[in-house]
Amino acid sequence: MNDFFINWLANVPGTAAPYAFAALGLIISERSGVLNLTAEGLMLVGAVAGLGASLTMGGHPLIALLVAMLAASLMSLLFAGLVVILRVNQVIAGLSVVFFCQGLTGLIGTLANWQNHPIAGLKKIAIWPLSEIPVIGRILFDQDLVVYLAIPIFFAVSFFLRRSMLGLKLRAVGENPAAADAAGLNVSLYRIGAIVAGSSLVGLAGGYISVVSVKLWVTGMVGGRGWIAVALVVFARWAPWPALAGALLFGCIEGVVPRIAAAGISVPQYLMLMTPYVATIAVMMWVGARNRGYQGEPGALGQPHVREERR
Amino acid sequence: MTSALELTGIRKTFDGVVALDGAVFSAIPGEVHALLGENGAGKSSLMNIAAGFYVPDAGTVAVNGETVALSGPADARGRGIGMVHQHFKLVKPFTVAENILLANPRPSFRSGIQDIRQNVRKQADQLGFDIDPERRVGDLSVAEQQQVEIIKVLIGGARILILDEPTAVLTDVEAERLLQIVRRLADSGVAVVLVTHKLHEVKRHADAVTIMRGGRTVATADPHVASAAELTELTVGQTAPLPARAERPRGTTLLNVGALYCARGDGQVMVADASFFVRAGEIYGLAGVSGNGQAELAEALIGARQPLSGEIWLEGPGDIGTLPPAVRREAGLAAIPADRYAFALAGSLSIADNFTVATIQSGRYGTPWLIDRTAMRRDALEAVAAYDVQGVRGVGQKAALLSGGNAQKLVIAREFSRQPTVIVAHSPSRGLDVRACAAVHERLLAARDRGAAVVLISEDLDEILALSDRIGVMTRGRIVAEFDRPADRQEIGRAMVDHA
Repeated sequence: MNDFFINWLANVPGTAAPYAFAALGLIISERSGVLNLTAEGLMLVGAVAGLGASLTMGGHPLIALLVAMLAASLMSLLFAGLVVILRVNQVIAGLSVVFFCQGLTGLIGTLANWQNHPIAGLKKIAIWPLSEIPVIGRILFDQDLVVYLAIPIFFAVSFFLRRSMLGLKLRAVGENPAAADAAGLNVSLYRIGAIVAGSSLVGLAGGYISVVSVKLWVTGMVGGRGWIAVALVVFARWAPWPALAGALLFGCIEGVVPRIAAAGISVPQYLMLMTPYVATIAVMMWVGARNRGYQGEPGALGQPHVREERR
Repeated sequence: MTSALELTGIRKTFDGVVALDGAVFSAIPGEVHALLGENGAGKSSLMNIAAGFYVPDAGTVAVNGETVALSGPADARGRGIGMVHQHFKLVKPFTVAENILLANPRPSFRSGIQDIRQNVRKQADQLGFDIDPERRVGDLSVAEQQQVEIIKVLIGGARILILDEPTAVLTDVEAERLLQIVRRLADSGVAVVLVTHKLHEVKRHADAVTIMRGGRTVATADPHVASAAELTELTVGQTAPLPARAERPRGTTLLNVGALYCARGDGQVMVADASFFVRAGEIYGLAGVSGNGQAELAEALIGARQPLSGEIWLEGPGDIGTLPPAVRREAGLAAIPADRYAFALAGSLSIADNFTVATIQSGRYGTPWLIDRTAMRRDALEAVAAYDVQGVRGVGQKAALLSGGNAQKLVIAREFSRQPTVIVAHSPSRGLDVRACAAVHERLLAARDRGAAVVLISEDLDEILALSDRIGVMTRGRIVAEFDRPADRQEIGRAMVDHA
């Protein structure tokens, strides 16, 4: 039974990483006031681009991950153009981009024949001697490079949002674009920048799934994790560290599902597969019941900005 | 002396509607220069051009004698022009220091915020403000938020300070204090532009006044020389006559409120044991300092708030205290709420929709499955003409595009279209200019003459005194005193504070 827990928990950082990066990316974009539902689609773009780069160019998996980030950022320009420049309804634009990406990534994967070609992926790095500590060593200090990088990235984003000039301006744009405009900021430019920068992290989340976790491209392999990331942002009240905690929670849930089956406990398969979504609903209900409304939500989330010329 | 700010031949149109046409304005350093005009005269538009928010279609802006083409608010700020808007441009969840840092960016956040904190304290001390730079702006009162705006502009190095209707949101005492500070700033060499529609502020506090009407500058005068009557005539065009007010016999009681209790959303009891009655053909004025339960009482009367206990008796249906608004309206109750954009109009719907929504259930405009747009438009057009709603290009136009006075006229047109027997009007002339205000008063008096019972709730004692047949004073949720016309202003004032 002890082994069961250690094996399970040692897997959690890997299963949690995609949630964490995707949620962090969405937080950056939503703090600028853009309601971003594109995660599922952009994660697919990151996944197919990363795996494709790995297959065609070879090289270090980190290069594949950079390609994944770049691809998702490029695709997010489409979303940014729709919502910031054309001021399309942000929910509709987000959903459209997801469906477009689902079709596009499936097509690319098939045409390029990238389906079911395994790659070597990213090796785990054991930090000796910390990795030799019983129990904790395997859980915390025998992970891959990207998991280790998650901590400095969260520190950096958290600092950026709370304690930098650019972060202050970004939050102002999301809270009260009219005030930001009066302060002389180009609201549209900040929002496009936030979408593109945030989307690179969403792309990293997708690339991590294909290049590091599964080491394979399968059509639609993101499998709803993008939607859970969207919910995580609300759960975390648009703050980085709670989002990391939420990601670990979902990492635990996702990690335990196959293990219960493997341990020979008989639970209907589909019941197990829906666990993350049941958990999402439960968490959202808990958040809703406790907060009475969305605390921490950026004041202008979902509202396009037009300089007020007439009431 | 060169003008600090000089605007010449400014023209600006919004969607084809001319807002400014050849407007001129000039202010010199060290003076308080008032910009006087009615709502919609173009005062705010002109100053928004001076502060770089709007780009004029034609005309020139000159700062300290040098003609400039402002690229935006930041450019204007760089040239020493600072504007405090009527609707503050503050980020509520940010602290005072963060808000000011946002408008006056520094290369580094850490050293910047410390520098700003010190500056805020220094400026606040100089101006006599009590502002803690670490407090969240959302927790500050409106007057304090305005002080933050002023500090923000001054830290930006403004030598030309534009204040857009600064006293509209302040109490008399706060306004007096602000205007004294404005004087001190002018004495230190700042050119202050005071945008206002209050004549007494101009007379008392301005060194010069420029008057606007219909997008044009009609005159520049010395407020110490020009008489109030002259200034009024320049502002309004022709002086609005006071509505005639005939004495009428009073009828039977149409509305009786008995021992009413109401609580605010947070549980605080705001209306406590309020009782009064209103008869046919009279206006019952409810005077009182804002926040003594008037808002909750008005909401309880129109059905927007459930009373805790007590009776609201209406001639016909009887006690309506728990009945929904639709039933009350059916029984002849009409409502003119204080916040017309929040409770009386759907801004993004058309004028026709807003006008007909009250009567559409009666079946006048078709069946539940098919509505008769032609009839809706016809009736709305008639009402727009009958109630003199200006600025309407078509009844399909959004209601939000109407100016405050015209929006209120539309609300009254709708509410009066069903010949109501009881009318609840809460601050019906708030934010309206002289002429729109007179039109609203005329309508209320006409309703009274027709035999309706009118409850007029207002913080403006002049309004209450001019219109009411009887006056009740509301303090701490109760009607503490009642006066018959003609009532003594001093006595009413005493009743307001004696029981507080």
